[in-house]
Amino acid sequence: MADDEDDIILSELSDEELSEQMQDDLYDGLKEEIIEGVNIYLERGWAPYDILTKVLVVGMKTVGDDFRDGILFVPEVLLAANAMKGGMHILRPLLTETGAPKMGKMVVGTVKGDIHDIGKNLVGMMMEGAGFEVIDLGINTDVDQFLAAIEEHKPDILGMSALLTTTMTYMKVVIETLKEKGVRDDLFVIVGGAPLNEEFGEAIGADAYCKDAAIAVETAKRLVSQAA
Amino acid sequence: MNKLQKLLDERGILLADGATGTNLIPMGLDSGQAPEAWNFDHVDRIQKLHQSFIDAGSDILVTNSFGGTARRLHLHQLDDRVVEVNEAAATIAGDLVANSGREIVVAGSVGPTGDLLVPLGELTYEGAVEAFIEQMTGLKKGGADVAWIETMSSPEEIDAAIEAANEVGMDYVVTASFDTAGKTMMGFSPADFGDAMQAKPTKPVAFGSNCGVGASDLLVAAIDLVAHSGGIPVVAKANAGIPRIAGDKVVYSGSPELMGDYAKLAMNLGISIIGGCCGNSPAHVKAMADAVREHNGGDAPTAEEIIEILGPLVSPKTDKTADRSNRRRKRS
Repeated sequence: MADDEDDIILSELSDEELSEQMQDDLYDGLKEEIIEGVNIYLERGWAPYDILTKVLVVGMKTVGDDFRDGILFVPEVLLAANAMKGGMHILRPLLTETGAPKMGKMVVGTVKGDIHDIGKNLVGMMMEGAGFEVIDLGINTDVDQFLAAIEEHKPDILGMSALLTTTMTYMKVVIETLKEKGVRDDLFVIVGGAPLNEEFGEAIGADAYCKDAAIAVETAKRLVSQAA
Repeated sequence: MNKLQKLLDERGILLADGATGTNLIPMGLDSGQAPEAWNFDHVDRIQKLHQSFIDAGSDILVTNSFGGTARRLHLHQLDDRVVEVNEAAATIAGDLVANSGREIVVAGSVGPTGDLLVPLGELTYEGAVEAFIEQMTGLKKGGADVAWIETMSSPEEIDAAIEAANEVGMDYVVTASFDTAGKTMMGFSPADFGDAMQAKPTKPVAFGSNCGVGASDLLVAAIDLVAHSGGIPVVAKANAGIPRIAGDKVVYSGSPELMGDYAKLAMNLGISIIGGCCGNSPAHVKAMADAVREHNGGDAPTAEEIIEILGPLVSPKTDKTADRSNRRRKRS
């Protein structure tokens, strides 16, 4: 297409214009453009932490809000998160090097017997997009795997996901075991998945049920800031 | 002629059955266990569940094979027995039907693969077709009358399952879950689903909605399904409300009476196949059967009337639109 609009040269934009453009590009899931934009900011001497918080996190917040509000659906959000991941791939080692502050740490997994990880992956990506460190245990995670990861990583938050009515009750097994081991109060537990609801989350002893990945991020931020 | 089509022609409205998973839990299914393993290990319990639905008046039995594709069964070391698992599921239901003295359809349940299709995920379209062919081969071998493709959210995966049914030579029914602001989680709307089914060279015997977030949301979505059905019979299989934990048990908020009301509303909407998904016990199915038998017509309810009777929507449609600048661009 020979449309003028297609000829945006990122490197010619001011810092502010570039930030706005990258937020739009995140929304549109344009991974290459995000990588290019991150590199331009780094060349201009921006701190990795500022690129993350002032550009990418702000962009992902818009994506998350529109997902929460039923404007965007899973495919668009996955593409946006994937573009975000492209930027994070560059920023992650630099953030570690520069000792940038973190929002918090989260261990996340789909529970035993369940292979559904679309929502869980979205939560992981959106949490990372919000500045959290995420340890993803994958699918079919049993209580021993959750416990081992909690001991190793000392997360602020444990996130569990289930899509099946026959697996969602396993979350209760995990929470009960955390209590038995005396580590339940060391972290927040948030749960999600299609068959769940707020009352269910409460009844199994989770700190919060999150309807979708956007709400998971909001909830995680709220919980860690309350604890701080 | 397909048995399901024949019964639809004869009876006008058919009653499907209730839940599988949530009814197997009180029978001893542990959390995380595969219900499909019981097609070998506890045939008696699967028979008992099917028989309870037959006794409640079901015209259609949905087999215990929802998670019967290879990758799902892999978790439970059953992925080398895909055909066998599905064949057993269909045979167990078929044998009971043969002894029932009634004409009942054996609907071979086919759930989603659990994978995202390329480009969002790793599973290719061809890979999805192959997975469904393997499952449906077993269901057909076991004598299933139709492939009952359910709880779908991705239009591409629906296409793959339909292609598999065509390949295997099975008639099919296909239902999706509209659980996110009136659409599937992948953003597929009831209207687009109906239009897509009308355009299929081999049309479904019926199509519609199952599971999701509650009876209200499902019936409101069904208004658009009926409007875009082009005369294809529409299925509604709603959850019995939402799940709650009571002690060690999961109980659903919707009573049999509520599901009876739901069945009446569904009939007035023009739904042809009515049943229940998660949380629907045989008592719920019995209440729906009574409603179907006693029904003598009524006006199609509006969304407001559905909500008034069945309760508020869990995930209502949004009237918000994206607040975007004009900087948006698309790379060619």
